[in-house]
Amino acid sequence: MWDYSEKVIDHYRNPRNVGKIDDADAVGQAGSLACGDSLKIYLKIENGIVTDAKFQTFGCGSAVASSSILTEMIIGKPIEEVRKITNKDIADQLEGLPPEKMHCSVMGYEALEDALKNYTPEGYVGLDEIKKPETAEKIVCSCFNVSENQIWEAIKNNELKSVEEVTNFTKAGGACGRCKGAIQDIIDTYYNREKTEEKSTLTAAQKILKINSIIENQISPELRKDGGDITLIDVDGNNVLVKLRGKCSGCKNSELTIRAFIETTLRDAVSKDLKVIEVC
Amino acid sequence: MDKIIYLDNNATTKVDEQVLEAMLPFLKEEYANPSSIYDFAKTPAKAINKARGQVKDFLNAESEKQIIFTASGSESANMAIRGVLNSNKSKKRIITSKVEHPCVLNLFQALEKEGYKIDYINVNSKGELDLAQLEESIDYDTALISIMHANNETGVIFPIEEISEIIKCKNPETKFHVDAVQTAGKIPLDVKSLGVDLLTISGHKFHAPKGIGVLYVNPRTVITPLIIGGHQERGKRAGTENVPYIIGIGRAAEIATDNLKYEATEVKRLRDKLEANILKSVFNSRLNTGMINRVPNTSNIGFEYIEGELILLHLSDLGICASSGSACTSGSLEPSHVLRAMNVPFTSIHGSIRFSLSKYTTEEEIDYVSDNIPSIIEKLTNLSPFQDELEALRKLKS
Repeated sequence: MWDYSEKVIDHYRNPRNVGKIDDADAVGQAGSLACGDSLKIYLKIENGIVTDAKFQTFGCGSAVASSSILTEMIIGKPIEEVRKITNKDIADQLEGLPPEKMHCSVMGYEALEDALKNYTPEGYVGLDEIKKPETAEKIVCSCFNVSENQIWEAIKNNELKSVEEVTNFTKAGGACGRCKGAIQDIIDTYYNREKTEEKSTLTAAQKILKINSIIENQISPELRKDGGDITLIDVDGNNVLVKLRGKCSGCKNSELTIRAFIETTLRDAVSKDLKVIEVC
Repeated sequence: MDKIIYLDNNATTKVDEQVLEAMLPFLKEEYANPSSIYDFAKTPAKAINKARGQVKDFLNAESEKQIIFTASGSESANMAIRGVLNSNKSKKRIITSKVEHPCVLNLFQALEKEGYKIDYINVNSKGELDLAQLEESIDYDTALISIMHANNETGVIFPIEEISEIIKCKNPETKFHVDAVQTAGKIPLDVKSLGVDLLTISGHKFHAPKGIGVLYVNPRTVITPLIIGGHQERGKRAGTENVPYIIGIGRAAEIATDNLKYEATEVKRLRDKLEANILKSVFNSRLNTGMINRVPNTSNIGFEYIEGELILLHLSDLGICASSGSACTSGSLEPSHVLRAMNVPFTSIHGSIRFSLSKYTTEEEIDYVSDNIPSIIEKLTNLSPFQDELEALRKLKS
């Protein structure tokens, strides 16, 4: 028996926003009947805000729960914010999923990504009209039809380190297992590239300059929207010392804000070893 | 939800009160090692002999010497297969079916790596074995054939007598092992009329506790032991006898023999009723096997365009226990190898549910399940993204 969280149980027992939006502005889908889970998501978008979302899911308890909570997460949110949602956010909102079930949250993320890919403010392209471009996307796992890009994304978003983890998140390698070697190659390539990029490109001075630029151009404008701001005090090795001002400082969520937003932004842009420390 | 409606008896069964009663003295005061010489050891030693006799009668074996107690069905099957292969290492071919239990299939995969050549016999869409393919596969080099008596997921019974005739005709030296874990206690078992060389059963499938199995080996078959040590089980399986559990499986075998008529009539009637009710009231349900020769307690029903784990979770909320051939339930990502071998369509393979009854299943329970399934399935059908396909199916059925 799976050890599902209360949240997952609540959502598969009483799924929210089930159904179809006939005049949807964006529609996305992921999975297939043959693979054992499939999800369609319908969005209504007005003035850049998701005003309604509905879903239809063929899948297990955690697939339904992932879809259901995803609709709750995006209704009322601006499109830019919705675009930032990853499978990890879905799993976190559900208070965690069993490792073997992480691919359910990935399916939610992929359906959402698919919907937004087809959406432009000028007009939405209906699901039936979409002609998927004949991309040269390389399929790694032919049993579950998982592409190299999907595996790469999952590794990046969830810091996956082993083939087993990749299988849990994407299903790739979960059937005949012939692609396990190829998956290992992708993992190796991903981490080697990351390492070489870090080592070869940044001197200490360049690193400080880059951190400063990210803070000024990306982080500070976001914080100012909420009436706060950030100043870079010092960079000590991988420790980034910052001072928060205005609404951000002293607010209960400041610790969370630092971790979730500043740190991720800096890690993504500069180095995954960075640690953000708030000073007074 | 306090009440449990247990319809997963092919997974395991409730221990019979009379079995427990027979076992208890051997967990309490009668704790002597049956191999010891003093009088205190006589009661357990005699009790084991009695249990061996009960199992001998249950299987209609030649004598008590043919009965080896083990710790599980998996151990019995491993002992049978490895025991036969190791006693004659010159032969390198094995035949089995695609729908065997994982304890047999996974062992064969290991043996393939050790240099054995395995033929996997197909089944048709009803789950029946391809006997022509089986016959063709037998040659002078075939050391062993291992076939299950009935399939655990579908309940389909394989024609063991017929297979054993084919083997005797094509290569009488080939040994024949039958995994009868799913038939013991459900239909009569007679090793002589079945014509088998080795036969595996497991106690917890017929109301003995988990942790006790039996391997029957006929007098003409030699096996090398897996576990080497003391002289127990005539040197075929070392280790101090698990006295209480041996007493348990003996008593359970005796009770099961008396209960076979009830299985064939009453359990079958309730199974058929449940099956008919579901197929009648749920438009997107289908019987995965068809109405063919099955053990009386098992029904495997596919619910189209719905996923099985989700059905089980909703059944569980009502206290109903069943199991599924869906991928998600097991965490294996792939749906049941049995249903795939039968070519069950993808529309229903992921939504396949196995209901397996026992002598403890009541009419009220079957009525309760029959009454509640339609609304659960309807709720989950509404979640499905395949509404157009479902609508077409609804029209087709009406």
